[in-house]
Order: sequence, then C-alpha cells, then structure tokens
Amino acid sequence: MKALSRIYTALIFIILYIPIVVLMLFSFNSTANTGDLTGLSLYWYRELFSSPDTFNALKNTLVLAVSASVISTVIGTAAAVGLCKFKKNFFKNSVLSVTNIPMMNPDIVTGISMMLLFVFLGTLLGRDEKLGFTTLLIAHVTFCLPYVILSVRPKILTMPRSLPEAAQDLGCTPLQSFFKVELPQILPGVISGFILAFTLSLDDFVISYFTTGNDFQTLPLLIYSMTKKEVKPDIYALSTLMILTVTVLLILSNVSSKEKSTERRLTL
Amino acid sequence: MKKVLLLWVVSVFLAVSLSGCGGQSEKLTLNVYNWGEYISDGSEDSLDVNEEFENYCRDELGMEVSVNYTTYASNEDMYNKLKSGSATYDVVIPSEYMIEKMIAEDMLSPLDFSNIPNYQYIDDNFKNLFFDPDNTYSVPYTYGMVGIIYNSEMVAEEDLGSWDLLWNETYKGQILQFNNPRDAFGTAIYWAKDSVNSTDPAVWQSAVEKLKAQKPLIQSYVMDEIFNKMKNGSAAIAPYYAGDYLTMYDSNDLLGFYYPEEGTNVFVDAMCVPACAKNQELAELYINFMLEKEIAIANAEYIGYASPHTLVREDEDYIAYMQDWHDDAMEILYAQDSAVKTEYYESLDTDTLSLQNSLWETLKIENAVEPWIYMTAGTIVGALILFFLYSYFVKRYRNHY
Repeated sequence: MKALSRIYTALIFIILYIPIVVLMLFSFNSTANTGDLTGLSLYWYRELFSSPDTFNALKNTLVLAVSASVISTVIGTAAAVGLCKFKKNFFKNSVLSVTNIPMMNPDIVTGISMMLLFVFLGTLLGRDEKLGFTTLLIAHVTFCLPYVILSVRPKILTMPRSLPEAAQDLGCTPLQSFFKVELPQILPGVISGFILAFTLSLDDFVISYFTTGNDFQTLPLLIYSMTKKEVKPDIYALSTLMILTVTVLLILSNVSSKEKSTERRLTL
Repeated sequence: MKKVLLLWVVSVFLAVSLSGCGGQSEKLTLNVYNWGEYISDGSEDSLDVNEEFENYCRDELGMEVSVNYTTYASNEDMYNKLKSGSATYDVVIPSEYMIEKMIAEDMLSPLDFSNIPNYQYIDDNFKNLFFDPDNTYSVPYTYGMVGIIYNSEMVAEEDLGSWDLLWNETYKGQILQFNNPRDAFGTAIYWAKDSVNSTDPAVWQSAVEKLKAQKPLIQSYVMDEIFNKMKNGSAAIAPYYAGDYLTMYDSNDLLGFYYPEEGTNVFVDAMCVPACAKNQELAELYINFMLEKEIAIANAEYIGYASPHTLVREDEDYIAYMQDWHDDAMEILYAQDSAVKTEYYESLDTDTLSLQNSLWETLKIENAVEPWIYMTAGTIVGALILFFLYSYFVKRYRNHY
C-alpha cells in the first residue's frame, strides 16, 4: 500500500512537471526544431538578450504585475480588516459576495465590460488615448482584489481578538496596534495574497487583451500575436529563466520563514 | 513598517504618473500595429528596422521619434481594436479583404503619395487592385500564395499536383487543415474550381459537405502548430503559405511544395494609415522608409514572404540569400508571374459571412461531442443534486429532534 501511494505521488509529480522539463530542455536546443534535439547550445539565450521586443514586453509585464499586486494587496488587506469589524452579518456577507464577483465572473465578461467603461469614460473626458497603462492597472487590481481578501480574511478570523485589545489597553493608538500587533500576525496571509495577485497579473491574457492600449504590450499578448507565424524558442528560454527565478524566490521565502519560526520558538 | 508601506504607495503612484506623461515631452511617437513576427527586428543578426527608422529621423531630419511597435495575431483582432475606438495607431498592415472592408467603413485615411516617392518601386501588378482601385489608401508590404506542403518520404509522387491530396484516403490521419473558416473553405472551393468570393449559398453548402467528408482524414485543424508538425514529420500534408514553407524547409529538407493546379489563394498585406492617426505625415515617412531598398530587403529576408518591391526581387544578394534557403526559392515565392491560377479573398457581404461562420460551426461541432459525454455529465449532475437533497433532508430530520 505504501509503495502504491509512493508510485501515485511520483506519477502526479511527473505529469505536473514534465512539460516544464521539456520546455527547459528545448530552450537549450541548437535549432528551432521541436521534436528532435539537435545539440545543446545557449543560442536561444543569446537571441533572447538581443531581441528588444521580447525584453520590452517582459519589462512591461513585470512593472504591471508588481504595481497591480502591491496596490491590490494594500486595498485588499484594508478591506479584509474592515470587513471583520462589521457588526451586522447581513452587510458583511453582502459586501463579501460583491467583492467576489470579479473572481466568479468569466474573464471575457470582465474584460469586455471594462473596455466599454474605459472607452465610454475616455470619450466623455475627451481623451485621445482611452486605454493604456492606467486602465490596464485598474483592471488588474480589480481581478486581483478578491484573491487578496480571500487569503487575508482567514488569518484575521483566527487571530485572537484579545491581542489588539490588549495592545490598546496598554496605550497603543488603534493605528499603532494595527501595525505593531495585527499586521505581523496576519503577514503570512498578506504575503500569500501578494504572491497570488502577482502570478495572476503576470499571466493574464483575456482581460489585458481588451483593456490595453497602443503602447503597452505584455508578454502573453506578444506571444499570442506570434501564433500566425512561429513562436520562436527564445520564448522557451525566457520561460525557463522565469521558472528558475520563481523557484529560487520560493525556496528563499520558505527558508526564511522556517528560520523565523525556529527563532520564535526559542524566544518563547 | 508604516513608513515602508507609505513609501511603497508613494513610489507606485509616482511611477504611474511619470509613465503617464513620459511620452508627452517633445519626442514624437509613431504607433505601428503589425502582425507578429512580421518585421526585421534585430534578432538572429538581422537589421532592427524600427531602430534604423529612429536613427534615420534623428540623423537625417533632426527629429526625435520613437517607434511604438505592437503586434496582433489576425486581421480581425486588429479590426476590433481599431473599431472599438479604444486605441489609436498611425500605421497598420492589414490584408486585402480587410482593407476593402475598412475603406468601406471609412476607417482609413487617404495617403499623400508625394510623401512616399518610393512607391514608384512597387510592381505594377500590385497597383490598382480591387480593394483599393484608385490607389489612395494602401502601399503593398508583402504578398504570397497558399500551396500544399508535403513530406516527400511519406507521400507518393503520383499523388501530387492537385487539391485532392487533402482528400486522399491513403494519408488518413496525416493531413492538416487550416483552423480558420476562410482558408479552410478556400481549400474546398478552389478544388471545386468555384469562386471563393461567391455569394451563392450552394457553393458554400457543397464546400462544407467536402470538408465534412474530409474531417475523418484530418489529424487536426491547426495554424502555427503546422510548423512543428511538418518539421518533425508527425504530419505529412498541410496547406500553408509559400514563405512559411521555406522556413520549414530550412529545418527539414524532406519537405516539398507545390501550387495546386485548380488555382489557389493569393494575399497582399499593405501598409495603411487609419483615420484616427494622429501623425499622418510621420506615418507616410515611415511607409516610405519601409520601401527603401535596404530596409525592404532586410524585411523580405526576415519574413521570407514575397516582396512587391521591384528592386528587392532583382537584387543579387537577396536572390543568393533566398537560394541559400532553398534552390528554387525565387521560383516558389514569385510564381505568380508564371502559370499559377490565383484568386484574392474579397470582403464578403454580411449574409455570406454569417452563412460561412454558421457552416463552420456545424463542421467543427459535428461529432465533437459524443453521446457518452452528455450521459456522463448528466449522471454526475443528477448524482450531485440527489446528494444535496439527501444531505438537506438529513439535516432537517436531525434538527427536528
């Protein structure tokens, strides 16, 4: 039985990770062939660093993902904290369901409705460029928000209410007690909300497709536009680099949180 | 902690506002919207055309220009973006039927050809075409024809020559077909020697019957996956563009190519200025720059499609470069001069277009959903409903006591 469960786990991991391994392998291929490896080389990595379009798109994607996830983390955390202070259940639940709508809504509906709104407002304000970085950012914050609230809320609910109360008894202002007592307690939820928002924003295609203007092309949009001709292997190289970065970041964050938890145990 | 948070918020807002007005300072911006992978962009030791244009403006004309270059995957994507009024562009490069449609809807702006002297180099065959009969709106960029690509190891020589190869039972499971209605219907209609611009519903009906008959033989309906499938030999036959055949041949020299004897599709992609453009003169300067011999050659070599530019076609370096790809590259790309019968796609009227789309749906949906899928889905939904009802009643029963 134990062997069987091990085989099962191994199988799941293989199915999950084989596409990524294949992608990494072919990013080192010396020709543009997928199907047979003709030799290992760093050719596509050199290509990647010499193609300005891909790099520009990567830069755009990162700027957008960082700003969208920071803003949505700030707003989302504030919203989650505020929601828990609501006295009336009816209000709390209705506000919660309203914030969840962008999450349940199909992307295409969110995208088209946002585009219509932005174009309508742009015409109303008489702007030449109705869509651009700002509209894209608003759209991304909108769909990231519910995920942040969803990951912060349980942390607040499980935190003992007596902690901030004790802090305020001992002379903290409400703001001080939030930053010194509550925030450190809910920080894991805030961080996971931030990471979730970041990844969602990073690979969103549908909503970006409708809400971007003429001067801001993100990576998913660029890759999609290559599909009439060929998606070139320098994209594989780029994906490999992104996966490696994410893996390193995850390992670092795990190591640091482990150190912290042992530290805390020692001080206690 | 508070200060750090505040710093974050302030820096983000600063970044947003800065990026908002960064483009407004003296520098002129030219917004170009083109197909993906459709310009020489500096990769693989090619010339970076957009950078060259910026340099040209700075060094020769003393203007600071930045080219804002974005890309799309299909004519329809580009059309919708422009039509929604959400973004403005100065140069777009649609295909002929889309140009015809955009002219009819007043979406393009007439060009001032005194700003485009290099237009004289365009081959006369590509002037005064049906989509722009008086040559007021468009300047041809590339053209090409659809042919059939086959793997010479897997396909017998006596089967070649006609569209019927795509319906040949011997190659069941090894044939690829276009995954868009216009091109897929095109293969069937060209085979029947009818007109692809026909408004007669009977033509479209008989075409869809042919495509339905072909469906069991098809490995899959594809667009860009064609490159990999043909290169590594997992499919034997596919209709696609001549220029892309050369790219595939570059990695697999077993691939062969021919134009079907019944006639085939020819397309022209041309540079146009949309009516919403903010900088028409600069756009015309860019179009003229794209027709400079050196630039046009760089683009033709990078894209691999045929160029309507007469100087390119006669250039010896270009010919040598193309023949390095494939011995008959020039004959294949520029076959329109010889005996291949061709027909352009014209903009279809709304009735024909909706007929085509609905027939395409029936083709794609047919047999795709098998009855057992419905049955399984139905059973699962039914079981879920029963389970919820059951747990609901159990709860009520328990609460009762």
